[in-house]
Amino acid sequence: MNAPHQQPDDQWDLWEVFLQEGENEPHTHAGSIRAADAENALQNARDVFSRRGAVKNLWIVRSRDIVATVPGDTASFFEPGSDKVYRHPQFYRFTLADELWKKP
Amino acid sequence: MSPLVAYLLSLADDRLILGHRLSEWCGHAPILEEDIALANIALDCIGQSALLYGIAAEAEGNVRTADQLVYFREGVEYRNLLLVEQTNGDFARTIVRQFLYDAFGILLFERLQRSTHAPLAAVAQKAYKELKYHFRHSSHWVVRLGDGTEESISRTQRAVNDLWRYTDEMFGAGFPEAELITSGTAVDPQLLRQEWRTSVEGIFAQTSLTIPDANTVMLTGGRTGRHTENLGHLLAEMQIVARSYPEIAW
Repeated sequence: MNAPHQQPDDQWDLWEVFLQEGENEPHTHAGSIRAADAENALQNARDVFSRRGAVKNLWIVRSRDIVATVPGDTASFFEPGSDKVYRHPQFYRFTLADELWKKP
Repeated sequence: MSPLVAYLLSLADDRLILGHRLSEWCGHAPILEEDIALANIALDCIGQSALLYGIAAEAEGNVRTADQLVYFREGVEYRNLLLVEQTNGDFARTIVRQFLYDAFGILLFERLQRSTHAPLAAVAQKAYKELKYHFRHSSHWVVRLGDGTEESISRTQRAVNDLWRYTDEMFGAGFPEAELITSGTAVDPQLLRQEWRTSVEGIFAQTSLTIPDANTVMLTGGRTGRHTENLGHLLAEMQIVARSYPEIAW
């Protein structure tokens, strides 16, 4: 089975880019870039994704360092005990926009 | 032309011509990401030049607009360094040219933030921030290429050998006029020479690159309008539309 981010040898490494757009915002996935090393990756991420936006912070990680599930995992990972929804943290749904997080 | 206008034009011309050279890479860089990076840096340079032309035009009494300064001056009226008009060559040559300038520009604009000519100090504040990034980008590439494969090292060294002769001009005596330096408007570039040298040596120390002999013959003339033939070709391309359709608007 191929790893999800396997790449041909004549390309630089693939890196995933995460941007933080505000002081207390989470880092969100922006896309991916190719780069020869970490500094080069930071610069390329900056040039491709952050130049025009208000970005507070950048995270980059080599795509091959991301551990991911494969399609065969779906049933056992994501579809258990759907009758007991309260067992899963998603049951207690809220977002950063919720008033709970906002100071008065 | 007053010494102040001449000085502001020289700063603007350096940024414009370097930016235009970089823009020639658009669509041709080795990889997509670098294409975008070079285009971004080109836009920074051209953006800085637009601000500098604006304050030059103002210092001249608004007899010419920024666009007229760019599109309707002849090569002999341009005051940029010979270094920045040199052709792109391969990627290594473009990077070396950029690095040699950035190492100088970052020192110059850091000090220009304290110029007694307030409009220049304001532009320098924006330019300095951008130059810090340009230097980070070009110096990183010098290390990668100069400490890379046999081919990347030899191409980078060739570029250094070729472009070194234009570096003395950055620190040339006689420009700008002494009165601008005394009044705190301009920076005395001779004071930057040693720091520039230390900065370049610091980056080269991380590579297999060597600095050319001290007896390299140095070329100057850009500040007085004596350019290499490369500037003429660049201006012809840059000015053709404005000159063919002087009233054009878009």
